[in-house]
Amino acid sequence: MKKDIILCGVGGQGILSIATVIGEAATAEGLYLKQAEVHGMSQRGGDVQSHLRLSTEPIFSDLIPLGGADLIISMEPMEALRYLPWLRADGTVVTASKPLVNIPDYPEEAALRAELSKLPHLVCEDIDAMAVKAGNPRGANMALLGLAADSLEIVSRQALREALKRVFAPKGEAIVAMNLKCYDLEQS
Amino acid sequence: MNRLLLGDEAVALGALDAGLSGVYAYPGTPSTEVTEFIQADAAAREAGVHSRWCTNEKTAMEAALGMSYAGKRALVCMKHVGMNVCADAFVNAAVTGVKGGLVVLAADDPSMHSSQNEQDSRFYANFAMVPLLEPSDQQEAYDMMAYAFALSESLGVPVVLRMVTRLAHSRASVRIGERKAQNALEPSSSKGWVLLPAIARKQYRALLDKQAAMQESSADSPFNRREGEAPLGIVACGIAYNYVKEALARAGREASVLKVSQYPLPEKAIKALAASCGGLLVFEDGQPMVENGVKGLLGADVPVHGRLDGVLPRTGELTPDNVAQALGLGSGQHFPLPSPIAARPPQFCQGCGHRDVYAALGRIMQDYPQGRVFGDIGCYTLGALPPYGALASCVDMGASITMAKGAADSGLFPAIAVIGDSTFTHSGMTGLLDAANENSPITVIISDNLTTAMTGGQDSAGTSKYEKICVALGVDPAHVRTVVPLPANLPEIEKMMREEIEYKGLSVIIPRRECIQTARRHAKKK
Repeated sequence: MKKDIILCGVGGQGILSIATVIGEAATAEGLYLKQAEVHGMSQRGGDVQSHLRLSTEPIFSDLIPLGGADLIISMEPMEALRYLPWLRADGTVVTASKPLVNIPDYPEEAALRAELSKLPHLVCEDIDAMAVKAGNPRGANMALLGLAADSLEIVSRQALREALKRVFAPKGEAIVAMNLKCYDLEQS
Repeated sequence: MNRLLLGDEAVALGALDAGLSGVYAYPGTPSTEVTEFIQADAAAREAGVHSRWCTNEKTAMEAALGMSYAGKRALVCMKHVGMNVCADAFVNAAVTGVKGGLVVLAADDPSMHSSQNEQDSRFYANFAMVPLLEPSDQQEAYDMMAYAFALSESLGVPVVLRMVTRLAHSRASVRIGERKAQNALEPSSSKGWVLLPAIARKQYRALLDKQAAMQESSADSPFNRREGEAPLGIVACGIAYNYVKEALARAGREASVLKVSQYPLPEKAIKALAASCGGLLVFEDGQPMVENGVKGLLGADVPVHGRLDGVLPRTGELTPDNVAQALGLGSGQHFPLPSPIAARPPQFCQGCGHRDVYAALGRIMQDYPQGRVFGDIGCYTLGALPPYGALASCVDMGASITMAKGAADSGLFPAIAVIGDSTFTHSGMTGLLDAANENSPITVIISDNLTTAMTGGQDSAGTSKYEKICVALGVDPAHVRTVVPLPANLPEIEKMMREEIEYKGLSVIIPRRECIQTARRHAKKK
């Protein structure tokens, strides 16, 4: 079994934290993993993406081939569309619905929605509002992980929850609790 | 024990576990994480492993050579263009030879994700006539460090380890060994270190005499191997091996693959592969160095395909897709890129001091349509993009000052340089001395954010010393002025810039305010 995932968003939105939690869960389950990240100039408010590959068999390439991703997890709707060429024909997109507009030529929101609605398997939610509701506006990325948890399949929702605790443990119990609250929203 | 590590972190841990005594480096994407990992290692700190950042790649290379001279193992890290900066020391270190193991990590950036070119560091190893290792994955990156230090000591030459962005910044599980003790202090007593012409000739001869041993080492290398028996012949270098294996596995195809991860090129193995397959396909991330080498080795009768004949794109990094396509195993159907998508280039952070510098400069330059602003390398290069569009150039570290001087020598007015604090100490000081010696009519803006911001906020070598450095180099103290770049201070910044532009001599303006990213981190710590 394998799961190829594209994580994407805008520099500073916290996609690497999502990758870290999934990676921690996968490692604990004894899965093979490769995770290509973007460091450097793009992290300054530009588009960022990470290729995360999980498998029960050894993995060669650090990058996912076009048309090979099972899942796109995106912190931003236009960024989700940017990586569609990597998605399998029957793949799933889990994305935040709210645009992050930091460029003058950002497209019409309706046009983005129209493109997203063509996808076979789409989860599109206002994760910022969810995070605010949970009392942790900075936890939108963990709310997104909660939304994506059932699509990951190769690691369970519970395994991800445990991994999240371990990843945030060095930052203290309060931070762990705040992030769990966002992660668990989908289930509540 | 296994650990999840970036390629860069695997290199760092591999070096520490091989008994490293010091890392010498200037930050540069994609190499920065090597030194940061060593800095964060508690046991290394306790053991006194040197890890403080250097002023530039040349000082780094020379300090590492000094450590090697004293018998200890040293690592130098840089991005590919850093090799240009330290080339003098590097090439001559091959001629003096080394005592303690000296490994040079050059991190190349095919596709120019964060760079101004995609030069291939394998040419430098070839040029200096020393071995080069090119890992295909994170485990090899770790394992190669102990091997590279041992090879450096047995052959008595520096050994280059070449990374590419995709491996440097990709994570995988790595099997870790025990940490070896550092070498004892044992300074070299060889006269070969004094490169007077008469000695240099002998040393160069000795380097040439080592070439056969290097070729033998490549032939026997645990990192070079032949896999499979099929008519399709492939040479797969470094990370290219992964893409080849993936494409073949997906398509269920067989091939004879020669994996090359140690150079000089294993000549016998290449010839044997060509003899059993006829033509060869060469996959290498970077410039077509091996492709050319293989062509020279095999002669015109054997067809060799790769980047030179268009089977692979001539520029840009390899991907699973362009490799599969070159193998005739096209990656099938996929979604097209939807139309309503705009580019999202990187930009200045909200609240960044560079914004205020460019806001003032933009207004002033409207009054000087004949003037030019010469840029440099760092976050502030983003001043070239909208809405500022302020910069006429960005070439190499330190070039803003010297290019402004040359343009002023030609009569261009006003000629202005914008350079960051860390870039100024890296390579701007010598240019400022040239300008001071002629009192060149240029204005140099050292935009000081108290850190090396572009690469993530490393210490900057000259913090708190800039005014003193400028005055000591000969700039008139009345024309070395500082200001705090804040929107509220725009009138003051603008006035200062106008005065110094109109001054018919060399002036320096230092807008100084901490990088918004490091300021946030410092606030959190408190």
